[in-house]
Amino acid sequence: MDVLKEIGNIGAGNAATALSQLLNKPIDMAVPKVQLLNFEEITDKVGGAEELVYAVFLRVEGDAPGNLFFILSPEAAKNLLSRIAGIDVGVSEELSEMELSALSEIGNILAGSYLSSLADFTSLTMYPTVPALAMDMAGAILGYGLLQFGQMGDDALLIDTTFLEGNNEIEGQFFLIPDPESFPKIFKSLGVPFDND
Amino acid sequence: MIEEQSIIKVGMADLNVGSQVSLIRTTGLGSCVGLTLFDPGKKLAGMAHVMLPSSDIAREGQLNIAKFADTAVPELLNRLLALGAIRSRIVAKMAGGSQMFAFAGGSDTMRIGPRNVESCKLALEMLRIPLIAEDTGGNYGRTIEIACSTGVLFIRSVQKGSKEL
Repeated sequence: MDVLKEIGNIGAGNAATALSQLLNKPIDMAVPKVQLLNFEEITDKVGGAEELVYAVFLRVEGDAPGNLFFILSPEAAKNLLSRIAGIDVGVSEELSEMELSALSEIGNILAGSYLSSLADFTSLTMYPTVPALAMDMAGAILGYGLLQFGQMGDDALLIDTTFLEGNNEIEGQFFLIPDPESFPKIFKSLGVPFDND
Repeated sequence: MIEEQSIIKVGMADLNVGSQVSLIRTTGLGSCVGLTLFDPGKKLAGMAHVMLPSSDIAREGQLNIAKFADTAVPELLNRLLALGAIRSRIVAKMAGGSQMFAFAGGSDTMRIGPRNVESCKLALEMLRIPLIAEDTGGNYGRTIEIACSTGVLFIRSVQKGSKEL
């Protein structure tokens, strides 16, 4: 677990740096949490299955496949857009095509930097697929990332990092859900014995 | 007189049954399918939140039968019959099975929503339970709720609003 936490830490550190550069202001991140959670608990992490979220989803392919989500509340998404792209989203509920596309690209940059640092650290090939963006109920979105785990049991391993700007404003959360068969490979690449506990 | 309604929550890969004044609800269905059975005579209803099409692919030691279409549907039927439902009156409705993310050339996993729907239909056919309404497919999430007294299925979604089946 500590190894996975460290991996999450390094990935998120790079993503936080990338986000800082985009925003041109310091971004902190909370220490990543690595937890084995049941499906309900995972959606509770973003406020429940019905909570409305924006999510950039990338399938990770290569040696250690998995699912990577960058999740933002609607407020955080608007904040991010207005600060980075100078798009004044205003009070309108819906984001335009242009805004969605910008959001997807931001997610892509962050996820890419997260992933490439993981790949460097583990010497495993990990490459992202084209990102997909969705705005919907958290349960519906995250459920998709849990399918591989669904074949094994009712729990999934989640590496969860929250970004903070200033005091306690949550900018977004990274959820990395490695496929079950990826753990032994990740551990092996780091020279750590893998046990199933 | 207004009777107080109790809400029975069904989680992911879970199923439950209720009667009379209860509402059975499951939230945030994406590629999962919410399948409901209803006996109008006894006012009994059941709901399963099906995650995967077939238990053949299960690699777990202890099988969670609520998770797979081929095992969840018969189990839900048995639970309703145990409550006193009359088999010949039972009808089914379902919602969900969407494709949350569209990718070019999508693999099998990508098509899991439509496969869940097909598999639920097959399970119903094998049990000879008529499917009287469905709201499946698309690329959005749904929250559904069945009223055990009427069998009406309420569907809410962020993108497409609400509807009743």
